[in-house]
Amino acid sequence: MTRFLEYTTRHYDKLIEALLEHLQMVGVTLVISIVLALVISLCIMDRKRISSWVMRVCSMIYAIPSLALFALLIPLTGLGSSTAVVVLVIYNQYILVRSFTEGLQLVDAGIREAAVGMGMTKWQVFIKVRFPLALDAMVAGIHIAVISTIGIATIGATIGAGGLGSILFDGMRTQNGVKIVWGTVLSVVLVLAVNGLLKLAEKKIKKGIYHMET
Amino acid sequence: MSIAVEFKDVTKKFAGAGANAVDHVSFQVEKGELVTILGTSGCGKTTLMKMINRLYDPTSGEIDVFGEDIARTDPVLLRRKIGYVIQQIGLFPHMTVAKNIATVPDILKWDKEKTDQRIDELLKLVNLDPEEYKSRYPAQLSGGQQQRVGLARALAADPQIMLLDEPFGAIDAINRSNLQDELLAIHRRSGKTFLFVTHDVTEALKLGTKVMIMDRGRIQQFDTPREVLDHPANDYVASLMKSVVEGLEFLK
Repeated sequence: MTRFLEYTTRHYDKLIEALLEHLQMVGVTLVISIVLALVISLCIMDRKRISSWVMRVCSMIYAIPSLALFALLIPLTGLGSSTAVVVLVIYNQYILVRSFTEGLQLVDAGIREAAVGMGMTKWQVFIKVRFPLALDAMVAGIHIAVISTIGIATIGATIGAGGLGSILFDGMRTQNGVKIVWGTVLSVVLVLAVNGLLKLAEKKIKKGIYHMET
Repeated sequence: MSIAVEFKDVTKKFAGAGANAVDHVSFQVEKGELVTILGTSGCGKTTLMKMINRLYDPTSGEIDVFGEDIARTDPVLLRRKIGYVIQQIGLFPHMTVAKNIATVPDILKWDKEKTDQRIDELLKLVNLDPEEYKSRYPAQLSGGQQQRVGLARALAADPQIMLLDEPFGAIDAINRSNLQDELLAIHRRSGKTFLFVTHDVTEALKLGTKVMIMDRGRIQQFDTPREVLDHPANDYVASLMKSVVEGLEFLK
C-alpha cells in the first residue's frame, strides 16, 4: 500500500499524461472512423450485394488479432501513434459500417417511398427522413466503437503509441503491480465515464427525435 | 373537358418477371374525375399508379399529365405537383403532424405564415382540430387520424392530381366509411383529379365517378359504376360484381 501511494504521488503527472495521450488517440480515431464509416455506408446502403461483401471483408479484418495488425502495419506506417490510429480506424469500420448501413436500411420502406413520392430529392430524403430515423442505431454503433477503441488502444503501446497501455506494459515488463493496477483502473474509469456520457446522449436523441421516454 | 392523365400503349415489365405487370394499357382520365382502380393484388393497379409520379418508369409507351409527356420532366419536380397517399400511410414518425403536413410546402420554401395557415386549413378540412392535433406525433394518433393527416399532407401544396394507393386498406369499417365520405366531399369541393387504387369492390363503386377494373396487367373495363354493374364487359368483371351482390343477398 505504501508503495502504491508513493508511486502515485511521485508519478501522478505521468499517469495524467498517459490518460490524455489515450484520450487523444481515441478522439482522433473516432473522428476519422465516423467520417470514413459514413462515407462507406452512404455508398453501399442501397446496394444490397455490395454491402454484404463489404461487411464480409470488414469482419475478416476484425478477426485479425490486434497485436498482429499493429506489427503488420509497422513497415508501412512506422512506429508511433499514427499507426495505432490507422489500426483502430480499421477495426472500427466493422462496428460502425455495420450499424450505420443496417440503421439506414431498416428505415421503413413505406416512409421512404412517401418521401420520394412527395418530391424530395435523394439528399432531402436522406437528411430529413433516413438519417434522423437511423440515428438511434448509428449512435448505438458509435457507443460500441468508443468502448472497443479505448480497450484496443492500450495495445498501441507495443508499437510506441503511448497512452494508458504504456503504463500497463511497463508494469508487466518490470513486474510492477502498481503500474498494472493504475493502467487497468484508468482504462476502466475512462470506459465508465464515456459510457455514462454516451448513455445520456442516446437518451437525449430518443427524446428529441422519437419522443420516446426511456 | 381537358385530359388530366393519358396512357398511350403503356407497358411495364419488371426485370426477371415473366409477364408484363402492366400490359399495353391506354386510357384517358378527364380533369376532375375520381377514378377508382380496382383489381386483385398483383393485377398491376399499383404499378400503373406509380408510373404516374414516376416511382416507376414504363418499359414502353407514353404517359401524359396535362398534355405533357412526363418522361421529359424532372421526376422530383413532377412529384411535387402530385399528391400521394399510400396504404402504410408513411407519416414521418419523428415529425409532428404540422411538420408532416408542411413537408412539400417546406421543400417549396413557402414562408412560415402561409404554411401555418395552410396547416390549420387542411386539418379542419380532414376534420381534425388544429389546436389539438398540430403538435402531436403520428404515434399519438389512431389509424384513422393518421390517414387523415396523410391525406392533408398530400393536399398541402394544392396538387392538381392526387394518387391514393389503398389509403383506407388498414382501417376498420366504420372509420373507413367516414373517411370515404370525407374524401368524396373533399374531391367534390376541390375539383381536382383523383386516382384511387383499391381491391375493395364496394369502395371502388362508392367512390368512383369512373371505375377501372384491372386483371393481369390489362384494363378489363373502364366505365361509370352504374355501367360496370349493369353491363359488365366480360366474365371477370361479371364475377367481381357478382361477389358484391351475393354478399348483400346473403343477408336477405
